[in-house]
Amino acid sequence: MRKVRKIKDRFARYFMVGIAVFAILFLLIIGFSLFFKALPVIREKNLWTLLSSSSWKPFKGDFGFLPFILSTLYVSLIAILIALPLSVLISIFLHSYASKGVKRFFEPVVDLLSGIPPVIYGLWGTLAIVPLISEKIAPRFVDFSTGYTVLAGGIVLAVMIIPLLISIMVELFRSIPAEMTDASLALGATKWQTIKKVILRRSFSGIIAATVLALSRAFGETMAVLMVCGNIPEIPGSFFDACYPLPALIANNYGEMLSMPGYESALMFAAFLLFIIVIVFNMVSRITLKQIEKRYQFT
Amino acid sequence: MKYLEERIFKIIMITAALIVLGVLLFILGTIFYKGLPSLNFDMITKLPGGGFYLGKEGGVLNAIVGSFYIIMGSVFISLLISVPLVMFINFYLNKKSKFAELIRFSMDILFGVPSIVYGAFGFALMVYLGMKASLLGGIIAVSMLIMPVMMRSLDEVTILLSRELPDALLSLGATRYEMIKVILRQLMPGLITSILLATGRGIGDAATVLFTAGYTDNIPVSPSQPAASLPLSIFFQLGSPVEEVQNRGYASAIILTVIVLILSLASRYISSRYSKNKI
Repeated sequence: MRKVRKIKDRFARYFMVGIAVFAILFLLIIGFSLFFKALPVIREKNLWTLLSSSSWKPFKGDFGFLPFILSTLYVSLIAILIALPLSVLISIFLHSYASKGVKRFFEPVVDLLSGIPPVIYGLWGTLAIVPLISEKIAPRFVDFSTGYTVLAGGIVLAVMIIPLLISIMVELFRSIPAEMTDASLALGATKWQTIKKVILRRSFSGIIAATVLALSRAFGETMAVLMVCGNIPEIPGSFFDACYPLPALIANNYGEMLSMPGYESALMFAAFLLFIIVIVFNMVSRITLKQIEKRYQFT
Repeated sequence: MKYLEERIFKIIMITAALIVLGVLLFILGTIFYKGLPSLNFDMITKLPGGGFYLGKEGGVLNAIVGSFYIIMGSVFISLLISVPLVMFINFYLNKKSKFAELIRFSMDILFGVPSIVYGAFGFALMVYLGMKASLLGGIIAVSMLIMPVMMRSLDEVTILLSRELPDALLSLGATRYEMIKVILRQLMPGLITSILLATGRGIGDAATVLFTAGYTDNIPVSPSQPAASLPLSIFFQLGSPVEEVQNRGYASAIILTVIVLILSLASRYISSRYSKNKI
């Protein structure tokens, strides 16, 4: 009887170690398999041409990723520009000013925003934001715009990353020791001065890290952006032009890619590129956030 | 002067909060306003009929059941992986173990990997194994997506668990494996919360199932058949030029939104009810 218990225990332990090792290796597995799938097109064209050429003619074998890379960047940057100020203000408000009742009310709001599926955001974008841009905003700046634009993608994405930013920043502000803010208040500083000189300054690196994390989330968002950004493989000339981010490229062409080996490899290159960028951004910001967390644990 | 600045900023902050609240209401309002007229009982009880994509009768039962199958399968798979993993790093490894830190770190990174990358990887894997787009393929891809979600949220509640219970169990002569069986019962609310969170994330994601699960008008009867899913069903209906089909797409969007809202509120309710030291 005693033996059976011991054997069970040992078996469970091996099982767990196995899963743990697998979990760590999993990132490498994904990375390498995408890389090997992308290798044919890298060999054929060389990396620099792929990244810097803007000619996308898969049927002639031209794979220039520049329009897609720039589209991804533009859309994400607009999203951050809109989302960051709003999130910082709301996080400060929730941390320092809001009463318990307001906090209680606002937390589910953030939850719900982060829970709404991308397709629903995309639907909202096409129904509300796209017409708004083509009828109200764009005519003031350009002659004609369909509304399916960089700007539409950016606005929808902004709403999608706000919950992530708020939850990290509220956490950041909360990790600042009360002694610090109390000291400032005791010296006669107003609440707002304390926020400016203590809270925001102390959490500056954390806010940057949160921004980087949100940026990487924005890079990878697929469905919502695909539905509102027009999907034309050219470098967008202005915010009121259509664009074609990397994830949308992969998602739109999955049906045809099996017919041509070069095409499949090129799309896998897109996935690999996205993977690497997101991983690097994630690692940098996670490490920064971890260090901030550690710094305050011992003070 | 300094009070004036504070007051101005306070107003700006409240405005920002109201903007975000307004956007949430705007999104929900748009979906319900557009979808409610076409929402009826047939939508959730009938399969797409012969002329469904031309605006004739039918519903999206195929997508609802397909999504349900996919999420059940992937929740099961990710439970099998995330529960042992969380138990391992919390109760087998030392609190300051570098190994545990590495596992948590890689889970954080996996959490950030975009769903389209999981979709592409899952698709590459399926091509390698000679599989076609199928329920099983969808389950595998969605499991990869939700496993980090589940693991992280379960880890968060497990860390908060007091160390006394495990110590007491061990000193009574229980093996670690037996100890974990008891602890899991203690962790039940946390486990359910993490399942709900993972379900909410997995059920709404289209990019993972796009390549891997395929699409069909029927309910799959074996794991090797393709399976429809709600987000894709919405996406395809919206792409139709027929107005009635689009309207039904809006109605399907209501179905998905309501499912996700219920999951989100339920997980918040359970986690706030069973944890003491949260706001």
